[in-house]
Amino acid sequence: MSAPARLQLRGITKRYPSVVANDGINLEVAAGQIHAVLGENGAGKSTLMKIIYGAQQADEGEIIWNGQTVQIANPAHARQLGIAMVFQHFSLFDTLSVAENIALGLPSDTDLQDLRARISATAAQYGLELEPERHVHTLSVGQCQQVEIVRALLARPQLLILDEPTSVLTPQAVERLFVTLRKLASEGCSILYISHKLDEIRALCDVCSVVRAGKNTGVCDPRLETAASLSRMMIGSEPPALQPRTPLQGPIALEVRHLTLEKSHPFGMRLQDICLQVRAGEILGIAGVSGNGQQELLAALAGEDRRVPQQAIQLFAEAVGKLGPVQKRARGLGYVPEERLGRGAVPEMNLAENTLLSLQTPALLRYGFIRHSALAQLAQQIIERFKVKAPGPQALARSLSGGNLQKFIVGREVMRAPKVLLVAQPTWGVDVGAAAQIRAELLALRAAGCALLIISEELDELFELSDRLQVLAKGQLSPSIATSEASVELIGRWMSGLWQDSATPTPTPTPTDEAQA
Amino acid sequence: MNVPLTKYALSLQPRATPSTRMSLLSPLLALTLTVCGGVILFLMLGKNPLQGLAVFFWEPLRDLRAWSELGLKIAPLLMIAVGLALCFRANVFNIGAEGQLVVGAICAGAMALQFDQRGLTGAGYIALSVGAGALGGMAWAAITAALRDYFNANEILVSLMLVYIAQLLLAWLVHGALRDPQGYNFPQSKMLSDGLLLPLLISGTRLHIGLLLAVLAAIGAWLFLVKSYAGFRLGVGGLAPLAARYAGYSSRASLWGAMLACGALAGIAGACEVMGPVGQLTSSLSPGYGFAAIIVAYVGRLHPIGVIFSSFIMALFYLGGELSQSRLGMPNAITGVFQGMLLFSLLACDVLIRYRLVWQPKQSKGMQHG
Repeated sequence: MSAPARLQLRGITKRYPSVVANDGINLEVAAGQIHAVLGENGAGKSTLMKIIYGAQQADEGEIIWNGQTVQIANPAHARQLGIAMVFQHFSLFDTLSVAENIALGLPSDTDLQDLRARISATAAQYGLELEPERHVHTLSVGQCQQVEIVRALLARPQLLILDEPTSVLTPQAVERLFVTLRKLASEGCSILYISHKLDEIRALCDVCSVVRAGKNTGVCDPRLETAASLSRMMIGSEPPALQPRTPLQGPIALEVRHLTLEKSHPFGMRLQDICLQVRAGEILGIAGVSGNGQQELLAALAGEDRRVPQQAIQLFAEAVGKLGPVQKRARGLGYVPEERLGRGAVPEMNLAENTLLSLQTPALLRYGFIRHSALAQLAQQIIERFKVKAPGPQALARSLSGGNLQKFIVGREVMRAPKVLLVAQPTWGVDVGAAAQIRAELLALRAAGCALLIISEELDELFELSDRLQVLAKGQLSPSIATSEASVELIGRWMSGLWQDSATPTPTPTPTDEAQA
Repeated sequence: MNVPLTKYALSLQPRATPSTRMSLLSPLLALTLTVCGGVILFLMLGKNPLQGLAVFFWEPLRDLRAWSELGLKIAPLLMIAVGLALCFRANVFNIGAEGQLVVGAICAGAMALQFDQRGLTGAGYIALSVGAGALGGMAWAAITAALRDYFNANEILVSLMLVYIAQLLLAWLVHGALRDPQGYNFPQSKMLSDGLLLPLLISGTRLHIGLLLAVLAAIGAWLFLVKSYAGFRLGVGGLAPLAARYAGYSSRASLWGAMLACGALAGIAGACEVMGPVGQLTSSLSPGYGFAAIIVAYVGRLHPIGVIFSSFIMALFYLGGELSQSRLGMPNAITGVFQGMLLFSLLACDVLIRYRLVWQPKQSKGMQHG
């Protein structure tokens, strides 16, 4: 008991109306320690961090900071104590420069000139490259995160909290982040590192606290554990192994030919000469960091963006570029969007009604009128077949957890027996059990001869599911590579848009049209 | 000395899911609060509150004649509120039903006057005139829809400003082209002859078939919203525009469909006023039915059957307001005051749909100094 721990939590409990987010959590972080908080989505990690940062108040329990019991009233108080946090979602204004953004959080008499010098100095000290004059909308996601980190470091914190910092980074950018964090820790700053990625925790952290369903389930040294043993602590069991599969090669189901689309809004992404093919019985994975044209590509493929030239998209050799979602569905296209609530499902409607969004059969509609009993039956079938945890077809979509709603939406699309299925972020924010089930359903569809195009930020997932991979970066699509020949390093490099330099031959013609005002 | 006291305070706690029960109770609670507000108002003005309440809630229900007058007020309120419920469910905030009513009245009145001049009377010509009213209301609503569709103009502002244009248009016409030459220069048209007035529901009263049309509109809208696929599409577009895009439902179709339906209903309501109790075009045709119907729609929870009940309440306020002028010597603004109290109480009570009131010990914030 020589030096008190930097931070100690005793019996932290936080209750929400429908759930206990934290249930008697204990945690101890020493000075200069990199401490991982590992848990599934929804295990209560973020709530715990918000309590430490003063953004939420605990119902019970004690926070001890450098040996003193403290009541952290708000984030300003936390910062005063020396606690800084980098959130998963950045709070930056696109139209302001880096220095101006950082100045916003500082007293109004801050000298901007002096601040710029401090930003450059702090960035250089930790091996970050940051230009204080750059406008934020010109920065990549990784650079935006660096802005947030520098903003946090300017206050010389004793504890830095990072919430899922790598979800938006390329593998190379993750390496650079780790270098910065290790240097910071060596100078005595404690780091709380929240993640559900086992490899990263094993590579970076000294201590790992595991949280499951709001409770501590263990503390360990992650360097001595295996991914399997950590996973067991996190979810209580090992993730089910996927079935091995044989390659199937059918006819070309979906083809995109030289699709170029201007931005639809100022902060959108221009799609440039996109070419891809997906065969029946094949899964094409599209890797890349969000915001590089994923939304634009999906809107074009699904028919929501009606500016697409007719010939640019082909479904079974039929030009369908100009067709809307309803006509494309009639030709066998299915689509599982990224946002479940509000896009894939209407939150205020029940599951039966939500079934009708994409599934309209003569059994469900007669003379323009809805047959509610048939609809409820179908929704019940989806609930049973896909093991959706819901009270029944009358349950509101928003009352379901993310994983269960995703199972329902995937189930609805599977029920349509699609010939081509577009899937965006299939398991984002979904618990491990549901994620495994969803992946198995997607593989079953593939085996049934469906062509799947999966867009995901999770490289592990893409490597697990895909037959071939392509990378979307800055609105351009890399050449395709068989998953068996691809490596994480290569895909990571491609995610930065650097496939022209790589040795692999490019089967798709390179873009020629440059002039565009 | 400091005496430690546990302080209790009311606080709002978010509910896990919005309460359906509260969503139905909230209008009743709001009505109760409005009545309480009314009592306080009467007391402050030195009137007997019981007498005041009787004027609002008993006199309009006393006998058949009173009921028929009530029905006369319900008809336009209900008709317009049904249209507004469709609009608001589709996230189209049409505030200008009053203008659509006025233009509907102008078209119906002008056409009926033309028939009258030629001596054409009877059911067919009545129907044609009401149809003209519906088309007039639709045309006026179409201006708002077009500006929103092609120029992304805010429909709240556009539709509201069009109300004033419609009212000035009516004033211009009854001062000019449509003025009764034998009317001693009063701003009003000739009276329509009996053969061009709407048939009465109950003879001996003024209650006309407009009420029947309004109830039919409510039932039709209910079938449309609950049973039809088109109504489902409209609802999805209002609740989750992105989900409507995902499903491939056209947001333009929702905008135009809701605006035109509401315009037609408001136009018919206007036609029924001209060809019913008023019997002519005058510059003050509607006592703000189009605006009051907004409150009716929300108090009725945007449900076509719910608005039948809320239009009843609002009609009581109208009659009570008129009666309290003669019986209690209250100013004419009393109707508006009651409408306002009802709307504000409702907005306040709706907080309880998402939150619950909790009586709990006050948490002490920081150190207390003696």
